[in-house]
Amino acid sequence: MRNGLKKVFPIFVLPTLAAFTIAFAVPFIGGIVLSFTDFTTVTDAEWAGLSNYIKAFSNGDFLNALWFTVKFTVVCVLTVNIIAFTLASLLTKKLPGTNLFRTVFFMPNLIGGIVLGYIWQLIINGILSYFGVTITFAAKYGFWGLVALTSWQLIGYMMIIYIAGIQNIPSDLIDAAKVDGASSWDILRHVTIPMVMPSVTICLFLTVTDSFKLFDANLALTDGAPGKQTAMLALDIYKTFYARTGWQGVGQAKAVIFFILVAAISLIQLKLTRSREVEG
Amino acid sequence: MTEKSEKIKDIIRICILTAAALLFVAPVLIVLMNSFKEKLFITSEPFKLPSADTFAGLRNFTEGLRKTGFISAFGWSLFITVGSVAVIVLFCSMTAWYITRVKSRFTSFLYYAFVFSMIVPFQMVMFTMTKTANALSLDNPLGIILIYLGFGSGLSVFMFCGFIKSIPLEIEEAAMIDGCGPVRTFFSVVFPILKPTAITVAILNAMWIWNDYLLPYLVIGSDYKTVPIAIQYLRGGYGSVDMGAMMAMLVLAIIPIVVFYLSCQKYIIKGVAAGAVKG
Repeated sequence: MRNGLKKVFPIFVLPTLAAFTIAFAVPFIGGIVLSFTDFTTVTDAEWAGLSNYIKAFSNGDFLNALWFTVKFTVVCVLTVNIIAFTLASLLTKKLPGTNLFRTVFFMPNLIGGIVLGYIWQLIINGILSYFGVTITFAAKYGFWGLVALTSWQLIGYMMIIYIAGIQNIPSDLIDAAKVDGASSWDILRHVTIPMVMPSVTICLFLTVTDSFKLFDANLALTDGAPGKQTAMLALDIYKTFYARTGWQGVGQAKAVIFFILVAAISLIQLKLTRSREVEG
Repeated sequence: MTEKSEKIKDIIRICILTAAALLFVAPVLIVLMNSFKEKLFITSEPFKLPSADTFAGLRNFTEGLRKTGFISAFGWSLFITVGSVAVIVLFCSMTAWYITRVKSRFTSFLYYAFVFSMIVPFQMVMFTMTKTANALSLDNPLGIILIYLGFGSGLSVFMFCGFIKSIPLEIEEAAMIDGCGPVRTFFSVVFPILKPTAITVAILNAMWIWNDYLLPYLVIGSDYKTVPIAIQYLRGGYGSVDMGAMMAMLVLAIIPIVVFYLSCQKYIIKGVAAGAVKG
């Protein structure tokens, strides 16, 4: 039987593999190679050693974007997860209207980054107009605007995962705690939270990677303004490539650094989930 | 704890949830309200209902449709999303079955290559992928489907593989003994079992491709606009944005998503939760 299966390789694997090679494998390897060269198009690349990486790190825009992205990610992880967990615990108490609330909270998650960006531009500029400024007036407005936008988008998603986690807790565990005279705060702290730790890990990492890689909403909401102060890493890389001639090599080097950071986050996540699986 | 204090607590909980729900729908409702206002009044008083002076009727919508070519953008978005999702579900499930069932060094290398691609951010391959697509004349709505297959295959093959591992081999062997070739075994026995995963994969990819801006912008953006490109296009270069047209186009972009969401909410929420746990 296995031999018969091998014959269908051209139908079963080749189309996906061809597409994967064209869209991912070749561009990925090409991207690493180009990061060590100077180029404006792929054909005129000239070896440049590590100079692109040196330029990237001595580039104030990049360091600013890195710092902005890290701050943004930390704040989003907190706002998104605290609010999502609170909503999830309220929605697992068998209250009337639970389904309707869940539907509403999840809805923003389906709206794409560009549309989200312009929705929130209207809202934030509307609020700021009472103070006579707009979102591009200072970096702090853009920062908190992006936090509000990302929280609005991700809370529903994380809430769904937390709800699933809470619902998986065996109800006799909670009943036993009640019989022992535990208050609802004790139950939350000593039963619910330890039992939903797997969901917490998933949500923390989803929030970290989603916030870290944010691009569309950043482009639409502030486009980096004022100056380049609110450009996050992905937007800074894009602008280095397409808004600054002769800097494509540096853009590619920044992209490689960005990739290494994202990969490191994913590997830490993998390690944490694996070790927890062994314990469980 | 008395029953009465539990009741009071429940009422407080519902109040908190209602307040939160209002905060969640407010941004969309404010955009909807502004889409019927004269454009000059949108920036100056965004939180006021349209009055007799500021009401614009459907003018923002007709202006926006004319300026952005929204209808054709909607058509291209639909074509690219439906085409890519169909191709991804079909080919990735086939590939996943093959590399799970045929054990060799090559197939396990392929599996890790697919998994690896999941952690690579788009910016890493953005420039080289666009150049490759141009060189191979894939910079058209059909070609971009192939690119989405390649770029989406990581997550999709990974998810299908996870599920196929749990299908007992006996079912497939029975079909083979009954004289089914691999193609028939896959389509009449394996694929029907994969349906729940196929729905999850379809929903995750549909959400990604429908909302994707940068990939289509770089690959086909100069000739074909999708919905996100059409909206970003309104911002244009410098100069002021037509806020009326912008509000109207945001409304038109949100309506299909809300309709789609409300009609297959059950699958979307399940699919997203399943995808999160595996990804």
